[in-house]
Amino acid sequence: MKMLKTILKQFAHKPVTTTFPAEPARHYDATRGHVVFDPSKCTSCTICMKRCPSQAIVVDRTAKTWTIDRFRCVICNQCVELCKFGAVSLATEYSVCGTPAERDAETFAITYVKPERPKKDAEDRE
Amino acid sequence: MTGRRTVVPFGPQHPVLPEPIHLDLVIEDEHVVEAVPSIGYVHRGLESLVDRREYADFVYLAERICGICSFTHSSTFCQGVEGLMSIEIPERANYLRTMWGEYSRIHSHLLWLGLFADSLGFESLFYNAWKIRESILNELEATTGGRVIQGVCKVGGVRRDVTNEFLSGMDKRLEGIESDIQEMVNVFLNDYTLKKRLVGKGILKPDDAYNLGAVGPVARGSGLCMDVRTSEYLAYQDIGFKPVTADGCDGYARCEVRCKELFQSVDIIHKVIAAMPDGDVAVSVKGNPDGEYFSRSEQPRGEVIHYLRGNGTKYLTQFRVRTPTLTNVPSLIAMLAGTELADVPQIVLTIDPCIGCMER
Ligand code: SF4
Ligand code: SF4
Repeated sequence: MKMLKTILKQFAHKPVTTTFPAEPARHYDATRGHVVFDPSKCTSCTICMKRCPSQAIVVDRTAKTWTIDRFRCVICNQCVELCKFGAVSLATEYSVCGTPAERDAETFAITYVKPERPKKDAEDRE
Repeated sequence: MTGRRTVVPFGPQHPVLPEPIHLDLVIEDEHVVEAVPSIGYVHRGLESLVDRREYADFVYLAERICGICSFTHSSTFCQGVEGLMSIEIPERANYLRTMWGEYSRIHSHLLWLGLFADSLGFESLFYNAWKIRESILNELEATTGGRVIQGVCKVGGVRRDVTNEFLSGMDKRLEGIESDIQEMVNVFLNDYTLKKRLVGKGILKPDDAYNLGAVGPVARGSGLCMDVRTSEYLAYQDIGFKPVTADGCDGYARCEVRCKELFQSVDIIHKVIAAMPDGDVAVSVKGNPDGEYFSRSEQPRGEVIHYLRGNGTKYLTQFRVRTPTLTNVPSLIAMLAGTELADVPQIVLTIDPCIGCMER
């Protein structure tokens, strides 16, 4: 009898699964989705490159680029915690799916400019 | 009259095995006389990476030893480093680790129950178990940010705090989950077909279990009262803990232990949430580990041991993991002797084998 109830319930029920990526995946505020990089804040200090446990990040100081291999990144939050300049953050949405052939490592050109020394400071030194 | 002996290979690819292990079954008249295991199909050499990653970063790797007991691996590793460096972690972190550890135990047991039902061809029960597991994973994702790889433990405490309001919400939702589990467990423990496939199959006598070093639900299913949670670690001593045991010594007893542990874990989570102390969740860590340490924890599958040795640098010099599946393989061999060939897949599953974890 109980089984009949369960079966009947299923007819009125919507499917529990969703059609990702057509429909966005369910996520929470805490979900670690994918790494977002802000090129205007990065000072190329290379901390994130040295401490990334899966060695997904490559920072090139001469070419001023910051590269992430999304297939290596395990979305552990380490770079976000370690970056002192707030250049890396995590978004809650998962990154789009694909194969390494379709999606190569993503490279960002760092646009950070060292702020000018405040005037007063400069005057003091003279 | 005895027939001729033949050897039937079982695995490494087999419909009931999610992971590769190979058994050479020596068969005589459809009965297994002897089983010879061979392992090593998924060895990754994860332990040797320890001298190439800083100890604080190795937590992420330790967590990836296993895809199911991930939380316990990370907390055991952190516990080891904390023991080496004599770090006292805040009480709240201890309680949160206990809570997440129990959530992952529920999800692991539900996963096993589902896989087991699937191995019998009981598809609807399989989906039911995994449907309940999904609500547990949602709680884990909402609190830690990851469904299976939580990534929330760090040396010195935990990375994220959970607000008290959210905790009481979890407490309420858990009641609904508990009644779902109750309905499902009734099927596992009382269904005619399931009983037929489990009762009296894969007998492991208490003496054998003890001598062969069985751990976790395998040992407790043979009536041995062995559980690391009875020792001094995390918050188990504060909230009181008594292991679940069953005396059947067969596959049914092991299934029963896991089913009852679901309720026990729910109970522990209720108690932990009720007694959750306020305060910080992490302390800052200075210095490097020096010396050696054995860290033990109770995983869903049994006792896990992490051995760590440091020499005062950022890199540990030695790391060794002994996972519960490895110690349960000799018991599995003892169970298989004398059983029928058709029961072998189910008996192999009753130890809840996790090969990826075993070979690291
Ligand atoms: S992202 Fe942050 S940590 Fe990485 S190089 Fe740039 S400033 Fe340094
Ligand atoms: S999230 Fe983790 S794995 Fe990914 S780039 Fe950052 S540190 Fe590396």
